[in-house]
Amino acid sequence: MNEFWVLLTGSLVGITCGLTGVFLILRKTAMIADAISHTVLFGIVVAFMVTQSLSGFWMLVGAAIAGLLTTFLVQLLQSGGLQEDAAIGVVFTSLFALGVLFITLFAGNVHLDVEHVLMGEIAFVPWDTWDILGFSMPKAVWMLLIVLVFNLLFLVFFYKEMKLTTFDPVFALSIGLPIVAMHYSYMTLVSLTTVAAFDSVGAVLVVAMLIGPAATAYLMSKSVIGMIVWSMAFGVMAAITGYYLAKLWNTSIAGMMAAMIGVLFMLVFLFKPHDGWIWKVFKRMKIKDTEPNIL
Amino acid sequence: MDALQVTNLSVAYEEKVVLQNVNLTTPVGHLTGIIGPNGAGKSTLIKAILNQLPNKTGAVHILERPLNPKDHLVGYVPQRNAVDWDFPANALDVVLMGRYGHIGMIRKPSAKDKQIAMECLKNVGMEAFADRSIGQLSGGQQQRVFLARALAQEAEVYFMDEPFVGVDAATERTIIAILKDLKAKGKSVFVVHHDLQTAADYFDWMILLNQTITASGPTEQTFTEDNLQEAYGGKLFFMDQTKLNKTFN
Repeated sequence: MNEFWVLLTGSLVGITCGLTGVFLILRKTAMIADAISHTVLFGIVVAFMVTQSLSGFWMLVGAAIAGLLTTFLVQLLQSGGLQEDAAIGVVFTSLFALGVLFITLFAGNVHLDVEHVLMGEIAFVPWDTWDILGFSMPKAVWMLLIVLVFNLLFLVFFYKEMKLTTFDPVFALSIGLPIVAMHYSYMTLVSLTTVAAFDSVGAVLVVAMLIGPAATAYLMSKSVIGMIVWSMAFGVMAAITGYYLAKLWNTSIAGMMAAMIGVLFMLVFLFKPHDGWIWKVFKRMKIKDTEPNIL
Repeated sequence: MDALQVTNLSVAYEEKVVLQNVNLTTPVGHLTGIIGPNGAGKSTLIKAILNQLPNKTGAVHILERPLNPKDHLVGYVPQRNAVDWDFPANALDVVLMGRYGHIGMIRKPSAKDKQIAMECLKNVGMEAFADRSIGQLSGGQQQRVFLARALAQEAEVYFMDEPFVGVDAATERTIIAILKDLKAKGKSVFVVHHDLQTAADYFDWMILLNQTITASGPTEQTFTEDNLQEAYGGKLFFMDQTKLNKTFN
């Protein structure tokens, strides 16, 4: 049974992050996910300081606010003339450092250690359960399910708006779409996804799950919806194969899952029909063979 | 009825003035060229008219009322290089985006929207490419897709930012035929253009711009050497060059 919960948690991380990550890739803001995955620590610590509890709900609220704050600060620095990557670098290291300082200053004796936040421990997921409506499931599964529902609802309602504001924000603005509100709503979802996922796989590996499957799907897809489906599929594949390989080699589960994301990406990059790397090399060789030898 | 009325419009980016005190009025039913040297603020003028710049002062009226996207009066073709053409979408997807304003938030495109989008693709001669990924289209074909998307907006006043840049001759002819057709249907079209050789053939109304309006009115009155000298300053030298080329070829 424990194995089932771990697999389910991993797969849910794959699905939720895969879904959310698609627009990070398309909007070329993958690095903001990196930033948010670190600054949610700040949000969680502040939420703990204010409420003196480690309840999942307040963690989500704190993370959402931290994500919005990150997005807002990055935007602010950018409009002040800083480049986006520099703005992200400054904001997330500062907020993360504040988070670490606050933990050691105000939450030293609570189970909120930095290593746990960064690496997570998916193997312990089955023992931390919540009872909601008579169902007892691991807390991580509940949180991921709730966040997945939010993500799905957002895309069901705003799929075409997300598509247009991502592809052509200037045109989107000209027909009156609220592009700023869309951006902040989406970044809130990225923050929620991050905090729901990092409890099990850790903040660093959330980034792998958010970006890797979507980047792999980008190589495969001709439509946004196709990319979403592939991205979720790659997320689940990485989670399941990663789990069994970790078991086989007796190594870190989350680490193996993230490694599998890299493996899947390389496989697609190399062997994708028509424009995979191998295919291209092969085609080039064929052209050379058929070229007349003028000497 | 005026298609466009701009009053005391000024735009500055970080203290650098791009447009200064622009005033102009254009009646409906004209094919208007917005002409001026590089850095004259042509694209900025369009963006300011479409209310995309927070740091502008002055007033803009489209068909004699303030711009409101919900009126669906305005169609827009941004510069082609403003978007990433590797985006996973096909030609029909992009044209369908022209319907989003009419469809409204949350709701899905209907069969009728798709039919309109398909007709617009047909109008630009691209119906055979409806399923083609936009990344696999040539520059001219991408420009036609952008034009089809604007047509799908079924607007009254169109603004197009450099639609002739980097397109093949066939596409240029297709685009100009469609623009003239729009004009024949009583629509008003504003086109940012920088090829002085073709400008007088294409447009029956002109806005000559260099940070402020040099001249604005019917082509035969505005497209004069004096006005061009003023708009282009010392940079008009190349105009003589092109004239020379024309004579010698």
